[in-house]
Order: sequence, then structure tokens, then C-alpha cells
Amino acid sequence: MSAPTVAPSSTAARPAPPGPDAGLRRPDGLAKLTGAARYTGDLPLEGSAVGTLVCATVPRADRAVVHADEARAADGVVAVLTAADMPRLHPSPLLGTTVMPLQDERVRYEGQPVALVLAESVEQARYAASLVRVSYEGLRAATGFDDAEDAVESAPSMSPTDEERGEVEAGLAAARHRVTRTYTTADRHHSPIEPSVTHARWDGDTLTLYDSVQGISLARTALAEVLGIDAGQIRVVCPYIGGGFGCKGYVWPHQYLTAAAARVVGRGVRLPLTRAQMFTSCGHQPTTRQTVTLGADAEGRLTAVEHHSVNAASRDDEYGEDATAASGWMYATPALRLRRRIRHTDRAHPTPMRAPHEGPGMFALESALDELAHEAGIDPVELRLRNEPDREPLTGRPFSSREQRACLLRGAELFGWRERDPRTGSMRDGDELVGWGMAAATMDTYRSASTARVRHTADGRTVVETGTQEIGTGQPGVIATIVSEVLGVPPATVEVRIGDTRLPAAAMTAGSSATGSVGSAVHAAATEVRDRLAAGAAEAEATGSWAPQEGSDGLGRHPEVAIHTYGAVFAEVRVDALLGTVRVRRVTGVYSAGRIINPLTARGQMTGGIIWGLGQALLEDSRFDARHGRFRSKNLAGYAVPVNADVPDIDVSFVDEVDHHASALGSKGIGELGAVGVSAAVANAVFHATGVRVRDLPIGVPDLLPGLAPAAH
Amino acid sequence: MKEFTYTRAADTGSVLAALAERPGVALLAGGTELLNWLKEGIEAPDHLIDIGGLPLYDIEETADGGLRIGALQKMADVARHPDVVRRFPALARSLLLAASPQLRNMATLGGNLQQRTRCPYFRAETGALPCNKRTPGSGCAALAAGAEDTAALFGWTEECVATHPSDMAVALAALDATVVVCGPGGTERRVPADAFHLTPQEAPVQRHTVLRDDELITAVEVPGTAWPSAYVKVRERASYEFALVSAAALVDLADDGTLRAARVALGGVAHKPWVLDGITPLVKGLRPADTAALHAAVGPLFEEARPPAGEGFKADLARRATVRALRDAAAVREGDR
Repeated sequence: MSAPTVAPSSTAARPAPPGPDAGLRRPDGLAKLTGAARYTGDLPLEGSAVGTLVCATVPRADRAVVHADEARAADGVVAVLTAADMPRLHPSPLLGTTVMPLQDERVRYEGQPVALVLAESVEQARYAASLVRVSYEGLRAATGFDDAEDAVESAPSMSPTDEERGEVEAGLAAARHRVTRTYTTADRHHSPIEPSVTHARWDGDTLTLYDSVQGISLARTALAEVLGIDAGQIRVVCPYIGGGFGCKGYVWPHQYLTAAAARVVGRGVRLPLTRAQMFTSCGHQPTTRQTVTLGADAEGRLTAVEHHSVNAASRDDEYGEDATAASGWMYATPALRLRRRIRHTDRAHPTPMRAPHEGPGMFALESALDELAHEAGIDPVELRLRNEPDREPLTGRPFSSREQRACLLRGAELFGWRERDPRTGSMRDGDELVGWGMAAATMDTYRSASTARVRHTADGRTVVETGTQEIGTGQPGVIATIVSEVLGVPPATVEVRIGDTRLPAAAMTAGSSATGSVGSAVHAAATEVRDRLAAGAAEAEATGSWAPQEGSDGLGRHPEVAIHTYGAVFAEVRVDALLGTVRVRRVTGVYSAGRIINPLTARGQMTGGIIWGLGQALLEDSRFDARHGRFRSKNLAGYAVPVNADVPDIDVSFVDEVDHHASALGSKGIGELGAVGVSAAVANAVFHATGVRVRDLPIGVPDLLPGLAPAAH
Repeated sequence: MKEFTYTRAADTGSVLAALAERPGVALLAGGTELLNWLKEGIEAPDHLIDIGGLPLYDIEETADGGLRIGALQKMADVARHPDVVRRFPALARSLLLAASPQLRNMATLGGNLQQRTRCPYFRAETGALPCNKRTPGSGCAALAAGAEDTAALFGWTEECVATHPSDMAVALAALDATVVVCGPGGTERRVPADAFHLTPQEAPVQRHTVLRDDELITAVEVPGTAWPSAYVKVRERASYEFALVSAAALVDLADDGTLRAARVALGGVAHKPWVLDGITPLVKGLRPADTAALHAAVGPLFEEARPPAGEGFKADLARRATVRALRDAAAVREGDR
């Protein structure tokens, strides 16, 4: 570290506080802040029993024998249900896992429910659960990720497992610069602040399910299939979601166990999961191992891109983390080869987690780009500009809109990238090595059919009803903004009713699809109301709907036009030159994501996404103990996510853009985009600071210490 | 959790009597640690005695110019006490860098010392995993897993590789503080801070400290010193995380600014604050800011470091933290103290 000591100029100004035109504040903000907002677990019990799961502590066994006599005799216990007590349940493709619990005595993963204790209070239930003894027969060792074989998904849900275009070998042979590197991302858990909770009540053959779910309509459909009843007999209510990030998307065993148990015992049942149970009950982002090969000519123009990814899945289900997807559209190249594999391991099933697919995948691709830039002696921003494609490289489809060039240029300007000295270790500030790194961000655009009802009454008030969910993104404010603009009424006069399957059906709050899909349906209904009012009506009510174009796939992806979101992320990191700790000082993100409906909550989404990405980069690591077939730490002390002290100055902005291919509003999704690219930008900045290239997330002290000589400066 | 009775203690005598007479008693002070144990099934007492009302809050000067701090003082209050901040910066810093503001506002000094290890197997949601501290004779899953980040470097055995999580204990050990405990009949016993916790080499692993079942911590005494001190905590998260390693250092500086003597205790490397005996002759005459020289000089102190998983990063990290703490202690100016 004999490089000159240079303190970089800090160019990032703090964003100004929002003015009146910056966007609509959350209509439910006060209720949430004061605790008046009632989440699922806050709703009155009204005579329901409270349940707790007893989960398998081994990963594989032929039989889990439950000894529950002592528990059944404990104070307040209503019932201890095992496989012997439960009705037959029918698997559904909408479930998080097809392993149906309490159907037999086999143990298929650690954390699988083997009994359900019901009592008058949660304390009684949990004490009684501690009295349940489980003995296991036919124990078998777990297979971990490193020991499992690659497998090909039999029914890929995202994209084909193998995709190719052009001649990869020829492209690599012609390359002046070649980079082949392997990168890994860690197992991560969603860890929302609100653990999942389900409250089921039967009235005759009719079920009301109060649940914290990202898709009330999907939950209703899935439950109907599992329970073998008509969806019309089920009402799902979700007032608020205390964070989900994907783990409340599909429907998981605890949810249908709650509904089934309520029927068995003939009274309502509320089942809150413990924090520890959240680590095995509703998915995680599985570890990935990815190899990226890039070939480029002397000017850095890509001649070939190859991206292979393999991720952990459970033994009985398939989950393909589509980490290679973005490599099919990010950079112009005559030759592409993408390959995705999974490994069946003994663990609870993974599921999408903010940001799935592109989140892990772009760490690998954007790290490799940085390695290529370094090797070729080309500025990382310039390298990306030189490889901006005109059409989607994998498919040849035109892009619906793509302002990535503007993101890169504006981001570089806002960050002060021009002042960067490309030499590693060239900036130092006291004890800290300073590094600047950047990466691109991108997400695919998912969409789904939605409906909404808008009613305007003569007293000037407007009511919007749509069966969407509020996960914390500020969806009610987005809806109120749309209606307010169409009708020309103040947002405060617009009441938004959501979270109930009695309302017009709407999209899941997942895959960054809610604003585009639900918002477009709301827009259609409001437009109809406006037209009737304009025609002289004093009052009007209309139902509007929106659906992806004909030919779109099951995830709402357009058949002929490539619709994605984009961005450029710049990060400054500080690495303690002696101790190896990494702190991020500032992040600049510029995004191309269609029309921004509510700038205030949009900025909040991107800011939260960037912080989420910092967790992926530096902290989140759910270590899997293969010996015991379990995640090592099922608590938030052992699984660290960023706290306020980790959060740097974050500067977020959007490129002006409207994309009418994406939605009627011209908007695309943003919720997950912010979390993409951050880990690569941080890793690239760490390399710039220290000269140490870390290819395994999260980046930590053990990675950096060997490369940092203890010396005075 | 299991049902228990709850009473508030009126005086120390009745608490000592209850401890001596009734099995299944647990004392409740700040509650930030005991409640974890109850929820995880690590402890299942029949009776909780709330000792928050006992008169153990005084902070007073001792004859040698040190401080005697009541065991019920909150971490947050001690951390900002002017005498602590001025005279024992390592102690103030160790408290401030621990836990979160909410926890520091509740947690007490006496309770802080009685924290148990944060080893993920000891803290697991189930008692079904091998952990000799939790289920005697069941084994040590942490040793088998070979994870280095949470494992000890010193003083461990095949029985247990856990570390002690307290930051404050590390500062107290470096400051040569004393833990004052009270036993049956009010008998007082004084335990050096670096001898309060027990390593598996010193006692069966189910014994975490020298505190007996019928004893109560009443105070901590920090002796007066003219040596400046500092506390360095190394962790991946910037706040609210237990240390990978930490180091508390006191230094005695010669007139030319070189080191004349030093005392250093390490955290995160053993089931007790690990005092680096014999550091003074190694660092004497060196400049506190000479990182390379200090790093080389303290090397022999880490020759006995044994990571359970074999070679690793933690011994070197502890060595570097020692170097940083020595420099930081020397940089504390007279006027700041």
C-alpha cells in the first residue's frame, strides 16, 4: 500500500426533502407509524385456538414418531394433531412445496412440520410443543450442495435450461481478451419483520382465512385445490403485510395446515410461525455457483458470452434460480450460451427472494464485466456503453424501451466517476482504503391480469376497490395517485380498499408486477368513470380490467417485445486497511423503469432495494450445516441484515421514460430492480480499493485479510 | 415457555435467602438475556425474582481513584457517565459498541457479565443438537462443523469451542477490574474480571462463570489508572453485532511517545476475556503508530492460538486488533481524559 494518499472528493449531495410535487405520502403511513394499523396477528382471536408447529429436527427419516401424551395433558391444550388426525390434502402447483405435511410419517426436510399443537394461548401452545417428543426411525444423512450432482429441471418454470445463439467457441477463439471466472452467492433468507401468521375460521362449509400473503387470489385458488373445495367457499383477507420479499408469495404448509386444523377441531385456529420456523417454512434464496466466460476484441466489444449457473434445490421439488437470464439481454454479442442446473439437496424448499434470478445472476455477470474491463484496460462504464445492444441478443426481439445508456452516463456524472483513478489501492483516507465500483442492474418484467372497481359519488368522494395487497411498497398511495390524476380530484378524497378476495381480483404483489398490472386496471376503471362523469352523470361506477398482451407467457412476459428494466449502480466503499472490514459510504443509482407513478414511494422502493443489495453484498449468509442438514442460525443474531449504521448516503434517480408495451400506464416494475447490481458494484469497488477480487458473497473480513499487509501508511 | 412465579425483591438479604433455600430461582434484572433463555428453552426456572428494586445503582469513587459501579447500573448510563468516559475510555467504548440502544437502556452490568455464549448451536431453537453446554455429554456440533467465526482460539477443549460475547468484560479485564459478589449471609467475595468466566479447560462446560448458585453480583470495581485506554471491535455489520474479535488496550507511554508498558485483553477468542500476558517486553520502545513493527512484535503471543478448524483468519485478525487498540489507546489525549 505504497500508493499516494488521496482523499476523494465527495460529490454526492444529500437528496432534498420531498416537496409537495415529489409524490403522495402513504395514506396508511400514520396508522402504521402509530400502531393503529392491524396486521393479521393483531386481529382479535374471538375464540380461536392458537397453534404452534412441532418441526422435524433431522433432514431425512423414514418415520417421525410423535409422543404427545404429556403435551396433550398440559394446561390449555386443545389438541395435538399429527398425521393420524389430518384429512388428505391435494398438492397444487401454486404451493411453495409439493411436499404435503402431516400426511405420513416420513421426514423429507429439516423443519418439516410433524405435529401441530393447539392451545388457548400462544404461550401454552409453545410450552406444550416443548413437551412433545419425536423419535426418528430410519435416519439418513443429508446431502449438501457440494456433494450433490447437477440435475436438469424436468419442468422449467422460468426459461429453458439451455439456450444458445451463435458460435461461442468461434467467438472465444477470435477474442483478444478472455475472462472465465466462477462466482458464488450465499443461501439467504427473506426475514421479514412480521413472521408469517394465518388465522382460519370455518362457518359451515365456508372458510375465512386471515393471512399475511402476497397474493390473496392465489392463496384462495391454492387452498381450494389443497382442501378439495370450491374457491367460492373461501374468502382470504390480508389487511397489511409486514414484509414478504417473496416468502409470502406461494402458499406454504403452515397455511393449509391452519385451515385443515380449524376444520378438524371445529373452531378457529391462528398459527403464528416463530422466527426460527421462518427459516424452513416458506423458502429461501438458494446458494448459486456460476461460471461466466467473456470474450472481447481489442476494443472490448464482446465476441462471446457463456453463463452457467447451478443452484441448490430441495430433494422432492425443483427450483431453478434463473441466474443466467439477464445474460441473454444485457450485452451485444454474436454468440451466447446459457445453461442452468439444479442440485437436489436435503433442505426445505427455496423460493424467489428479492431480487430473484437477476439478483444472484447479475453479481456474476457484472463482476466478470469488471474483470474484463480491468484486463483490457477499459473503463468499466465505457465497456458497458460499447456493448449496449440494439436488439435483445438472445432472441433478436426489439426492446420495448431501454435507456441504459442514459443510466450509465447520468450515474457516472452524479457519482463523479470521471475523477476515478483506475489503479487499485490508489485512494486512501486515514485507516481506510477507498474504492469506487459500478455495475449495471436489470430485471425482467412480469405482469398479470387484474381488475378494479372505481365508484365516484355526488359528494365528491371516490372509492377504489381491488384485491391487491399492501406489502409496504405504498400500493394504496400509488392507486390513489392514479385515480386522482384521471379524475382530477384531490388524492385525499380517494379511499382505497384492498386485501380481500370479495373485491375485484388483482395481481399478486410479487415480481415487481403490482403497479403495472393493478395500476393499469385501476386506470381503466377510473377512465370509464371519468368519461361517464364528463357525459353528465353525477355519480358513476365502473369496473376496469387489464391483462398482458395475447401470447404473453404464464409470467406475463411479452411474446414479441423484450420488456425489461435497467439501471446503473455506483458505490464507494471504505475498507479498513488493517482489519479488513468493509463499509459502504455512498451509492448512486439511476434507473430506466418506465413511467414512475409516485416518485416518493418509488424512491423509497429503490432505496430499500439498494440496502437489500448491500445485505447480499456484505452480510447475508445463511450457513448450511450439511452434517445436521440444517441452516446453522435460525435467528436474526446469527443471520445479519443491514442496520441503519450500515446504510450510506443513497442517491436515487430515474430516467424519464414511458413504456406502453409494458402496461397501460407506461410503467414497469421497480420493487426488485434496486436490489440488483449492488453486490457487484460493491465487489468491484472492493477490488478497486484493495486489489483483492472477491468472487464469493457475502464479502467479509476473512476474504480480505490475506491481501492486506499490516503496514503503516 | 414454562409457567413461573414472579416476585419483586425488597432487599438483597431476601434474594440471597431465596437463592440459598429454593431451587429453580432465576434473577431478573434488565431481562435482555434471561428472556432469550426462557424463550429458547435454555433455562426453565420455576421462580423469577425481579431484583430491579435492590439498591445496587451507586457509582462511587474508590480510595485508589477508581470507580465502584453498582451491578444494576444500565449499560447506557455507565457508557455516558462522565467519569467513565474521561478515565476509562475502553470501558465506555465497549459498552457503546455493544448491542443496540434499546438493549443498552435495559441491560445491566451484572447481567452483561452473565451472558452466555452466542454459539449458534447453544442458541439453536431446539435442544436436539449436540451441545455440551446445553445437554451434557451430547458433543460439540460447533467443533464438528468447523466454523471459525464463532469459535475460540484459546482455552477450548473438544468439549466446547464457544466464546464469551461480552464486550464490557473484555474492557474490564484489560482494566484489571474486580467483580464483587455477595453470598450467603452477605459474605462478600472479590473476583478478578479476567477470572470471572470459566473456560472448558478450567471447569466443566456447564459452569459458565465462578458465580455460585447462591451468589449475586453486587458491583464492579475499576481501579484508578493514569494509562489511556481504547477498545476496538471488529465485526462485519457496522452496529448491533457481536464481535468477530475485539481488543481492549491500556498503554503507558514514555516521554518520547514510545510504549513503556501495555495491557491488552481480547474478546471473541475464548470463553473469557483473554489477557495477553507478557505483552509489555514485546512492545516496549515501539511507536504505537508503527503498525508493521507492532504486528511483528506481538506475534509470539498468538503462537498458542489454535483455531478448531485449523488454519484460519481469526488469529491474525486478533493480532491486528491488538495493534489497532494499542495505537488508539496511545492516541487518547490527556485533555480527552
